Amino acid sequence: MNTWIVLIVAGLITFAIRLSFITSWGRFTVPNTLQRSLRFVPPAVLSAIIFPELLVRDGALNVDLGNGRLLAGIVSIFVAWKTKNAIFTIVAGMLVLLLINYFLKI
Amino acid sequence: MAVLNLQAKELFRGIKAEIPILIGVIPFGMIYGVLAIDAGLKPTIAQAMSVIVFAGSSQFVSTQMFAAGSPGLMIILTVAVVNLRHLLYSASIAPYLVALSRPWKWMLAYLLTDEAYAVSITHYRQPGDQQLRHWFFLGAGLALWGSWQASTAAGIILGSIIPPDWPLDFTLALTFIALLVPGLKDKPDIITAMTAGVVAVLAYNLPYKLGLLLAAITGIAAGLWMEHRK
Repeated sequence: MNTWIVLIVAGLITFAIRLSFITSWGRFTVPNTLQRSLRFVPPAVLSAIIFPELLVRDGALNVDLGNGRLLAGIVSIFVAWKTKNAIFTIVAGMLVLLLINYFLKI
Repeated sequence: MAVLNLQAKELFRGIKAEIPILIGVIPFGMIYGVLAIDAGLKPTIAQAMSVIVFAGSSQFVSTQMFAAGSPGLMIILTVAVVNLRHLLYSASIAPYLVALSRPWKWMLAYLLTDEAYAVSITHYRQPGDQQLRHWFFLGAGLALWGSWQASTAAGIILGSIIPPDWPLDFTLALTFIALLVPGLKDKPDIITAMTAGVVAVLAYNLPYKLGLLLAAITGIAAGLWMEHRK
C-alpha cells in the first residue's frame, strides 16, 4: 500500500477517535469493558516495544552480559523509576550503551 | 473589543500552561524525526506524519513498522490500537465542548493529544466562568502542535547529520521506558506491562510485527483480569 494512503487513513482514524465523543456527546456510551481496558493501552503497547528492544538481538533471545542494550535498559528503568525524569532516563541509558560498546571494541 | 481581549487572554493562558510540558515534548519530537530518517522514511513523509497523525507514540511505532516492511493495513490497525486511549480523553472533555460550533469541535478534536488534554481538562474543572475556556484549549493545543512540527523538522535535519553507526534506534526503547515506568501506578498496570513484554518477546518472530498487536491485546486482557480479581 502507498505510504501516503497509510498515513492519511491512520490520521483519519486517529482524528475519528478524538472526535468521537466531542461530536456525539450524550448519543452513545462506551461499553464498560472497553472503558476499563483503555487505561491499560499505554503500559501494554509501551512494554510490548521495550522488551524485544532489550532482549532480542538478531532475532533470538539474548540475556547474556555482552548484550549492552539489556544492561543499558535496566539502568534506564532504574533511573526512570527513581527520578521520573525523561531526559535523565534517556541520557543515562544512551551513555551506558555507548560505554559498553566502546569497551567491547577494545 | 473587550471580548476579543478576553479571548486572547485565555489563548495565552493556554499557551503558558503548556510550556512546562513542551520542555518534555520537544526532545521526543526530535527523537521521532531522527528515528524516522534512521528507519529510511523520506523527510516529507516523516514531517507529514507529524501533521496528519499528530500522535507521538503511534508515530514512533509506525516508523518501526515502515522500516520492517509491514503491510499498510497492519500499520493502520496498530496506530488505531495505540491511539485508542484518546477515546477516554474525548469522552472526558466532551461535556465541556457541547455548546461549540462544528468547526471548533473539529479543530479541538484534531488538537486533542495527551498533553493538550492534560492541561485543558484541569482548566475546565476549575470553578468560574466556562464561556471562553475553549480558547485556552486552543492555545494549549496550538503551542503543542507548533512545537511538535518544529521539533520533528529539527530531528529530521539532525538525523541526516548524525553518523549512521551511532546506536540511535535505541532511543526508541529509552523514550518508551521514560514514558512507561513513571506511569505504572498499581498491580494491574505492572501485570499488563509484564505480560505484554513477555508475549512480545515470545511472538517476536511472527511476520510484520504482528507480535506487537498480539502482545498489547494479551497485556490489556491480563490487566483487566488482575483488576477484576481484586
